[in-house]
Amino acid sequence: KLISVVSESVSAVEQKITAAFKVFDYDSSNKVDVREIGTIIYSLGCCPTQADIHKFIAEVEEEHSGVVFLEKFLPAMTKVLLENKFPPIPKSTILQAFKVKLDQKGYLKPEELKKLLMEEGEPFTQQEIEEMLAHTDREDNLIYYPKLINKLTSDLTQ
Amino acid sequence: MGCGTSATAVTHRETPETDEAVKSPSPALTMKAAVLIQRWYRRYMARLEIRRRYTWNIFQSIEYAGEQDQLQLSSFFTYMLDNFTQLNGNGPDLISQLLDPVLDPWFDRETCYKTISIPESYTGPRISFPLSVSDTNALLSAFKEQQVLHARYVLQLLFETKKLLKEMPNIIHLSTSYTKEITICGDLHGRLDDLLLIFYKNGLPSAETPYIFNGDFVDRGKKSVEVVILLFAYLLLYPDHMHLNRGNHEDHIMNLRYGFTKEVMQKYKTHGREILQLFQDVFSLLPIATVIDAKILIVHGGISDQTDLEMLNSIERHKVKSALRFPRHSLEQLDIGQSHRLGKRMRSTDSSHSSRSYTENHRTPSLRKRRCGVSRRDSGASTSSSSSSSSSCSSLCSPRTPSCISPQTYPSSPSTPHNVLQVPFLDSLCSVPLPSPPQQEQEWKQIVDILWSDPKTQEGCMPNTFRGGGCYFGPDITQRLLHQHRLQLLIRSHECKQEGYELCHDGKVITIFSASNYYEEGSNRGAYIKLGKELVPRFYQYQVSRTTRRLTLTQRVRVAEGSALRALKEKLFAHRSELMAAFQQYDQNETGCVSVGEWAKVLESVLRLDLPWRTLRPHLVHLAPDGSVEYQSSFEDVGPGAPLPQVAPNLAETLFRYRTDLEIIFNIIDKDHSGLISIEEFRHTWRLFSAHLGVAIDDSAIDELARSIDFNKDGSIDFTEFLEAFRVVHKLDMKEQLSQKMGRKKYS
Repeated sequence: KLISVVSESVSAVEQKITAAFKVFDYDSSNKVDVREIGTIIYSLGCCPTQADIHKFIAEVEEEHSGVVFLEKFLPAMTKVLLENKFPPIPKSTILQAFKVKLDQKGYLKPEELKKLLMEEGEPFTQQEIEEMLAHTDREDNLIYYPKLINKLTSDLTQ
Repeated sequence: MGCGTSATAVTHRETPETDEAVKSPSPALTMKAAVLIQRWYRRYMARLEIRRRYTWNIFQSIEYAGEQDQLQLSSFFTYMLDNFTQLNGNGPDLISQLLDPVLDPWFDRETCYKTISIPESYTGPRISFPLSVSDTNALLSAFKEQQVLHARYVLQLLFETKKLLKEMPNIIHLSTSYTKEITICGDLHGRLDDLLLIFYKNGLPSAETPYIFNGDFVDRGKKSVEVVILLFAYLLLYPDHMHLNRGNHEDHIMNLRYGFTKEVMQKYKTHGREILQLFQDVFSLLPIATVIDAKILIVHGGISDQTDLEMLNSIERHKVKSALRFPRHSLEQLDIGQSHRLGKRMRSTDSSHSSRSYTENHRTPSLRKRRCGVSRRDSGASTSSSSSSSSSCSSLCSPRTPSCISPQTYPSSPSTPHNVLQVPFLDSLCSVPLPSPPQQEQEWKQIVDILWSDPKTQEGCMPNTFRGGGCYFGPDITQRLLHQHRLQLLIRSHECKQEGYELCHDGKVITIFSASNYYEEGSNRGAYIKLGKELVPRFYQYQVSRTTRRLTLTQRVRVAEGSALRALKEKLFAHRSELMAAFQQYDQNETGCVSVGEWAKVLESVLRLDLPWRTLRPHLVHLAPDGSVEYQSSFEDVGPGAPLPQVAPNLAETLFRYRTDLEIIFNIIDKDHSGLISIEEFRHTWRLFSAHLGVAIDDSAIDELARSIDFNKDGSIDFTEFLEAFRVVHKLDMKEQLSQKMGRKKYS
């Protein structure tokens, strides 16, 4: 009984992965551009770091060809999902992360955030930081990060 | 990318005891925090990107499905013309005027504008011919102020444009040696804002700033008239520095469906028809291609394996008034059948190898691949219905004797080329080349291929079944043509691209599209190309924003997504009974539920839209507690716009589905723009249309409908009111609007 339950969820997981893959498979050739892999992994509910993504790609990419075939992607991704390798980050964790270096008042200046995210960790590109800074409050030029977190999290539940 | 230190799984155990404890956190802590935020945010952006993708897919699928309908409408017009010369007794009606080939294409209608006088009260722009810079400036400022150019000037402008275009060859040759840089723009589709933005960023057309506009100036956008007036004005002002290629929307039948005709009739109530007639002439006189430095070919759509630039140069282009008015001979090949969409195509008896495999293409799903860069999967083998309905369609089109021989009717051995006939002569077979298809058809096909084709990643050339005209051409076709004519690049438009441009076929084909926010606010950027002597294209992107503040990606995606989903829900609603019937097949016990897989299968087969249904499911339908789909919930929040007249369900649904087409037809019949047509006209038209569609509606149902909507009982029908009933509204929109008014949150 237990075995059949597990195998059922595996096939459901595989269907989910295949469907996500196919969104980026433009000519129905069962392959995608390697640069889309990160997006696909995120779309399946995971939250890997860039390093995690690169490690994953190294396992599934076809020898320097820039493409990834479904045959390799599916088992690797299934494993990731079943083992919950890159779980999503709870809101409280993110809140703490914002508080760590910077002000505890519940807001920070755009320059501070920019400095942190473009110089530390796995740096943001100009485009990425601009998009985040677009959430700056227009009047007092501050980023109220609890609000930002709430907003983006609620948008995610789609 | 990626940081130097290996980032192991991030934990946040080191939370400070108190908020003040952290004055200068350790570098490790800082890094961990940064990675966490970046990771979290990137996931959010990726999810947004996914939503953007499938929103895009929805728009494209629906748009192309709509273009398929277009073919239907035009074949209906042809049918109407063949069966009724006049719909009412008072002389040839607008349909004949608009659709019949003009008897004397060179008839100069100059007299029509000379008799029009401009009233004192006119406050719009005044121009004088020959045009000068002050005239074009006057037009620019007037249009920015939402003014309308007087009909007299429009007619005069069109007349002058027509005179100029008559002198031009089909293919224009340009050289960069006399100019600084040439700017090439793609589809504008009536978006005045985009045109003004391009002029602002890049400069007005002049000797220093020459332009090429690659077709599709009109339709869909609300300012097609203004856009095309400006383009023609600059053409007249700088005929050596302003160049226009014809697009597939420079076509009066397309205009009927996609809004240009309507826009003209609304802005010019008295002289609209004359203006439209002149537009028809002018559009057919637009050049079809431009070549720069004998190296770069610019056409609106693309090419086919039959494209012959020499032939294109020599034909009388103005004779092809519309891609959708086939040369008469081709009609019997047209598969007008029952309500299937994808099976319809235009076909001319050409001797291309693709014609032989036409029936195979039609049925083998794997061959129906799409263009590069756009997500598309074939939607199952649901095309087999087309052949079975061909028997019923013979009564709809009058039989015609083919005036040319179809290569397929002669059996030939595999080694015989298709355009050769084996004829017994004495005691052996003699190879006789088949007569080539009539000149007219070949010419028509050449032009249609140029205006309607799309590139794709697979090699070869296949009829473009999705659009109903032109071809899908592969990299080998591009290579062959470029090599043949010693060209190095093909620039085309015709397809909307998210970034405003896209390269394919190993960089040999560029698609350039200049209408930003084409589907919806935020859906895509527009772009233009600048080319200097070195012939290396540089791309410039932009996006018109209706609001003064910059929208975040989130907001743009949300708006576009909302709009796409609304359109999709309307599609579901318009196919309600078909969908319900299919669902019930899976739900014999009438539980009201089916599995997610079954639900997706039904939608795909009924709607024939290639979309990621599982991903879209949460937006379209509710789940029961056990995870199965409550299929009726899709129809709960959409409904008719006004109280429905008493109609049978399948009649109602047909009306929802073909509402736009009916609106066009009614507007054509309503010659004096009163908003009313007679009951007899209504009945007549409706009966015709439903017979053509193959929808079984009996006469009594139509009569009843006609009677019920004749509210005044005076024998005339207010069709605007009638159609209002068949506009789909979204009940949730009302609720949302209310709640928004009540609780506005401060937006950061």
